[in-house]
Amino acid sequence: MTDQPATPPTKDDPDEEPLLEIRGLRTYFFTRDGIVQAVDGVDLEVRRGEVLGLVGESGCGKSVTSMSVLRLISEPGRIVEGEVLFKGENLGEKSASEMREIRGDQISMIFQQPNASLNPVYSAGVQISEVFEIHEGLKRKLGVERAVEALRRVGISDPEQRAGAYPHELSGGMAQRVMIAMALASGPELLIADEPTTALDVTIQAQILELMSELQSELGMAIVLITHDLGVVAETADRVAVMYAGQIVEQATTIDLFAEPKHPYTVGLLGSIPVAGARRERLDVIPGQVPNLIEPDSGCRFASRCQARVDNELEICWTKLPDLIEVEPGHTVRCWLHQEVPE
Amino acid sequence: MGRFILRRLLTAIPVLLGILAVVFAIARLIPGDPCIAALGERATEEVCNAYNERYGLNRSIPAQFAIYIGDVLQGDLGTSFRFNKPVTDLMIERLPTTIELSVAALTIAVFVGVPLGVISAYRHNSKVDVATMVGANIGVSMPVFWLGLMLQYLFAVQLKDTFLSLPPSGRLDAGMLPEPFWEKWGLPENGVFEFISNLVIVNAILTLNWDAFWSAFTHLILPAVALATIPLAIIARMTRSSLLDVLGLDYVRTARAKGQKERMVVLRHGLRNAMLPVITVIGLSLGALMGGAILTETIFNLSGVGKTLFDAIESRDYTVVQGFTLIIAVAFVLVNMVVDIMYTYLDPRVRSADA
Repeated sequence: MTDQPATPPTKDDPDEEPLLEIRGLRTYFFTRDGIVQAVDGVDLEVRRGEVLGLVGESGCGKSVTSMSVLRLISEPGRIVEGEVLFKGENLGEKSASEMREIRGDQISMIFQQPNASLNPVYSAGVQISEVFEIHEGLKRKLGVERAVEALRRVGISDPEQRAGAYPHELSGGMAQRVMIAMALASGPELLIADEPTTALDVTIQAQILELMSELQSELGMAIVLITHDLGVVAETADRVAVMYAGQIVEQATTIDLFAEPKHPYTVGLLGSIPVAGARRERLDVIPGQVPNLIEPDSGCRFASRCQARVDNELEICWTKLPDLIEVEPGHTVRCWLHQEVPE
Repeated sequence: MGRFILRRLLTAIPVLLGILAVVFAIARLIPGDPCIAALGERATEEVCNAYNERYGLNRSIPAQFAIYIGDVLQGDLGTSFRFNKPVTDLMIERLPTTIELSVAALTIAVFVGVPLGVISAYRHNSKVDVATMVGANIGVSMPVFWLGLMLQYLFAVQLKDTFLSLPPSGRLDAGMLPEPFWEKWGLPENGVFEFISNLVIVNAILTLNWDAFWSAFTHLILPAVALATIPLAIIARMTRSSLLDVLGLDYVRTARAKGQKERMVVLRHGLRNAMLPVITVIGLSLGALMGGAILTETIFNLSGVGKTLFDAIESRDYTVVQGFTLIIAVAFVLVNMVVDIMYTYLDPRVRSADA
């Protein structure tokens, strides 16, 4: 099953074909109340060996984007448009069984609630073994032996013992390590980590992020790190894509984004982080709420909450959606402030 | 595990005592006199006094209860007033019929109900799902006696002399008297052997008597199907809703993200978790089948527990009422214990809570 050669990380070479390329992805949910446009035209690139942070508040479509990549959107959701290219191949054209061979083998995922993401009735070892059974055709006994190795690699002490443990016997951090061991069992080229540290204690968060960074440099896979926590992104990501209401609004290297955020939403997000030592009466908040994604207005999704629009007296924001354009090399923004307003 | 079973058995004792006390009291609170019921309206007071004296019915109820409990502890469930033979003999005669019927019905209910529920959940909102659930609703609301009569009419009357023909009632073909296995094997007669040989199908297998087996089997089909309908429908609906809940959970998403086949996702990750509430329902159904087969047994002319109990209540045959109720209670307790043991087997969370 693992027929790909071990490719060395090449994140510095921008000419190389990206590992994952998402073009114009639209995933809608056809609910009784209307069509929820959860992901509405997302373009994204992940290069080999890089860590891409995908940032945004709850419900902005980060998770739906990642589930769309693996084609794991279930009813009433559907990918209505766009393509997902993995190593140049369109995943939308793969058959169900070809897709299954990719899942868990070349593209793996870990999730927000590690304990709930593990099946309560099977031991950790058995659940990791399943990956070997599916993708390498191993028998259970051999699979569990390999699972012990996988557990050792993610820094679990006494892995033989832990392999027999059930999810309810594992702490959150331990369970997330098991999930990581499972995700990396087959040596994937891309790991999608959907809020991997959100449900964990702060000290455990740091450990898990540390572990992910270590394994990333050791194994050379690319990571899409989905989070709403800009601190996590700052620590781990090479590049950041900011999502708002189903669209990417800004994309840049982590350094550029933090130094020079362009989109008013990104500016707002950065302003809302409490800074240790800096005494402020109150945190800056972005006023208003995320817009309803059922038939949103034709203008910029952020218009109703945007202070910059008011300050610059931009009327076009209400009526026309700006394109995502490159304002500086490697820095793209979807905002009328940064592109010419058509007459 | 041994300690767990022992503890469950010990906690069952007060339950059984409580049930006995209640049944004992209720049997005596129903208007009507066992003497009149047994000997007729014209029985004189003297005759009745003698009758009551003989069966100890002239004592106070608490005294009767104390004596009864003492006897039960020694394995003596008393003597039937009506049949004038020990209640245990009646049980040896009649309990096997009910056991065979309930087990057959439950087997049908589980092996048809669970797959139907799984298909329904898997093809959720499809035509198959809608058809199954409409069928299940009809099944739940269908009166058993009507279904039983219709089955008899169809298979024993309309399809008579075709290969689908099935016998309408009874346990065996008329005149068939299969040799009990203990007799064939030259074993001495005792209660346990007799009990086992009254499980007609088991006895036929033990004695390799295939004519008797076929006869017993065909006689069992219609009543078992009639009896199975309601639990089958309940199990199918329960499996469907439980599995649908489970299939929406995070670990099912994990299984899919691993690249697991959808069939394995449903069966290995979904069903094992979804079976927990279903097993409870199955256990409760078996208990209900043991006691609730009165209509089925009456229509199909099988003298099992339900029919015996019904007749005993009518004729104020107190000891039989008590004894058979006790058996049903014991069945409930045992079945629930088996359910709990299966829980510990299926769910490691329960296992460690009990350790």
